Amino acid sequence: MEYKISNRLRIGAIIMVVLGLLGVGLGFMDSFSVNEDNISEVLAAEHHGHGDAHATNSHDNNHGELTHEEDHHGESAKSGLTHHEEHALHQIHNRPYAALYVGAFFFFMIALGVLAFYAIQYAAQAGWSPVLFRVMEGITSYVLPGGLIVLAIAFAADSHLFVWLKDGVTEVGHENYDKLVAGKSGWLNKTGFFIRGIIFLGGWVLYRQFSRKFSIAQDNAEDNRYFKKNFRISAAFLVFYIYTESMMSWDWIMSVDPHWFSTLFGWYVFASMFVSGITVIAMVTIYLKSKGLLEFVNDSHIHDLAKFMFGISVFWTYLWFSQFMLIWYSNIPEEVTYFVTRIEHYKLPFFGMLAMNFIFPLLLLMNSDYKRINWFVVMAGIVILCGHYLDVFNMIMPATVVERWFIGLPEIGSILLFGGIFLLVVFTALGKAPLLAKRNPFMKESEHFHY
Amino acid sequence: MEASKVIHAIYTDDDVLMSAVKAVKAKKHHIEEIYTPFPVHGLDKVMGLAPTRLAITAFLYGCVGLTVAITMMNFIMIEDWPQDIGGKPSFSYLENMPAFVPIMFELTVFFAAHLMVITFYLRSRMWPFKKAENPDPRTTDDHFLMEIAVHNNESELTSLLQETGAVEINIVDKDEDAH
Repeated sequence: MEYKISNRLRIGAIIMVVLGLLGVGLGFMDSFSVNEDNISEVLAAEHHGHGDAHATNSHDNNHGELTHEEDHHGESAKSGLTHHEEHALHQIHNRPYAALYVGAFFFFMIALGVLAFYAIQYAAQAGWSPVLFRVMEGITSYVLPGGLIVLAIAFAADSHLFVWLKDGVTEVGHENYDKLVAGKSGWLNKTGFFIRGIIFLGGWVLYRQFSRKFSIAQDNAEDNRYFKKNFRISAAFLVFYIYTESMMSWDWIMSVDPHWFSTLFGWYVFASMFVSGITVIAMVTIYLKSKGLLEFVNDSHIHDLAKFMFGISVFWTYLWFSQFMLIWYSNIPEEVTYFVTRIEHYKLPFFGMLAMNFIFPLLLLMNSDYKRINWFVVMAGIVILCGHYLDVFNMIMPATVVERWFIGLPEIGSILLFGGIFLLVVFTALGKAPLLAKRNPFMKESEHFHY
Repeated sequence: MEASKVIHAIYTDDDVLMSAVKAVKAKKHHIEEIYTPFPVHGLDKVMGLAPTRLAITAFLYGCVGLTVAITMMNFIMIEDWPQDIGGKPSFSYLENMPAFVPIMFELTVFFAAHLMVITFYLRSRMWPFKKAENPDPRTTDDHFLMEIAVHNNESELTSLLQETGAVEINIVDKDEDAH
C-alpha cells in the first residue's frame, strides 16, 4: 500500500531540473547577449533571413509596449536607438522571463486545479472519488512551492512581464506615462500585487495543509469528526477560491495586457487549470496502477476521470469561444487588438491550441469504451496538457515578446525545470501517507464504484 | 402448442432481478425479454444483448444537423440576402463563421437529440396508437418481469426461478397473450 518515490523517477526528475536550468540559463545568456550596441546588426541579420515583415507591422498591435505614444516615434533620446530597435530589444530581453513564467504558472495551475477538484469532492460528499484522495493530496503539495516560484519570477521579472511596472507609467509628463494604466494604479501597483498574491496563496495553502491533516487524522479516527471538519473547510475554501482565483487571473495573467480586459477571464483560466489538473490526476493514477499500487482503483474510476477530461475540455472551449465571439463581433479596437495580435503573429499556437484542447479530446474521448483504456487516456491527456501549456503561452507571450516567439531553449528548459520540480515534490508527497484514505466514510462506496 | 408457452417470473427489486438473470444465464436458458419500470444499469450486458448502436446514429444525426446549419446559414445570410455581420461586410461564410457557431451547435444538438429519440422509439417498436406489449401492467409501476420460453422443462425452470427470489411465477400461453 505504501509508495516510495523510486530512484529512477527521482534521478529522472533531477536530470530534468538540471537540463532545465541549463536551458533557462542559456536562454538568458542568449537573449542578454543582444544589447544596445549590437541590436542593429542582429536585426539586420534577421531581416536578411525573413524579409522585412517585422519593420512594417510591429507598431500596429504590440499593446504590450506602452511607450509608443505621440512624441516617441523618432530616435530615442537616451540610447540613440530607433523606436523599432528599442522595441525589439525589449522583446528579446523579455522572452526568457516570459518563458520561465509560462512554465512555472502551467505547473502551478495544475496543482491549484487539483486542489479545487479535491475540495469539490469533499463539499459534494462524492462517493466515487475517495480512492483517489491521496493521489490528489500528493499533487496539491505543489501548490505552495509552485505558487512561491510564480511570485518570485513575477518579482524578479518586474517590467519584463508587467509593463505597468515601468518607471513613470503613472507620472504625468513622463515619457512612459500611460493614462489608462495610471487610472488603474489603485489596483495595479507592485505592493498591492504582492500583498494580494500572498493572501491568495496563503489561503489556498492553509486549506491544503488543514485538509491534508484532517484526511490523515481520519485514517485512525473512531468517528467521522475529521471528515466533517474537512467537509466544512472545503465548502468555505471553495467560496474563497472562486473569488481569489478570478482575481489571481487578473493579477498574474490579464495584467500583462493592462489595457485589455475580459470579464470572464477568471472562469476561462479556471477551466484551463481544472482540466489540466484532472488530466494529471488520471495520469498519476494510471502510473501508480502500472506499478501494481492502487489496486482498489478500477476502470470505472478512470472512466469517470476521462469523462471529466472530456467534459471540461468542452467547457473550456465554450468559455474560450464566448470570450472570442463577443470581442470579435463587437470589434471595439481596444478589445479586439488582443485577438488581432494572436491571429496575426500566433496563428499556429492559437488555432493549434483549439485543435488540441477541443477537437482532439472531443473525438478521442467521445467513445465510452475508450475512456476505460488506460493508454488511450494517457495519450489524450498528453495532448490536453500540451494544449493547455500553449493556452498559457498564448496568454503571456503576445504581450511580452509579440512576434518574437518560438518554442525553443528557454521555453523547453522551463518546462523541464518546473516539470522536474513538480515530479519531485508530488511523488515525494505521495510517499508520505498510505495511498488509501482507509477510514473515509465513503470509502466502501468508492471501492465498489461501478459504472 | 408447446413451443409458444412462456414462463413469467416477477421480481420486486432490480438487484434481485440482476442476480436472477445471472443465475438463469448460467443454466443456459434463453431469456426472451425483461420488462422493467425503469432502465436497469448493466442489464443488457448481463443478458448478453448486442451493444446498442444508438450512439453511432446519434453521431451521424449530429453531423446531419451540423451540415443543415451550415447550408442554411450560408444560404440565408451569405447567398440569398447577404448580411453585413458586425460591421464586417465580407460576405464570406468562413470569415463570418464565429457568428454562426451558436446556430451550428444548437442544430447539431437538436438533430442528434430528437432523431435519436425517434430512432429509439422505432427501434423499440413503439409508435402512436400501438398497443402495449408488456404482459403485466405492474411492470410500469414497481415490478420486474422476466419472460423465458418453455421447452418441456416447466418444473425445472419453476424451481430455478423460485430459488432466485421471484415473488410470482406464471406459465402463460403466448398466443393467447399476444395482441
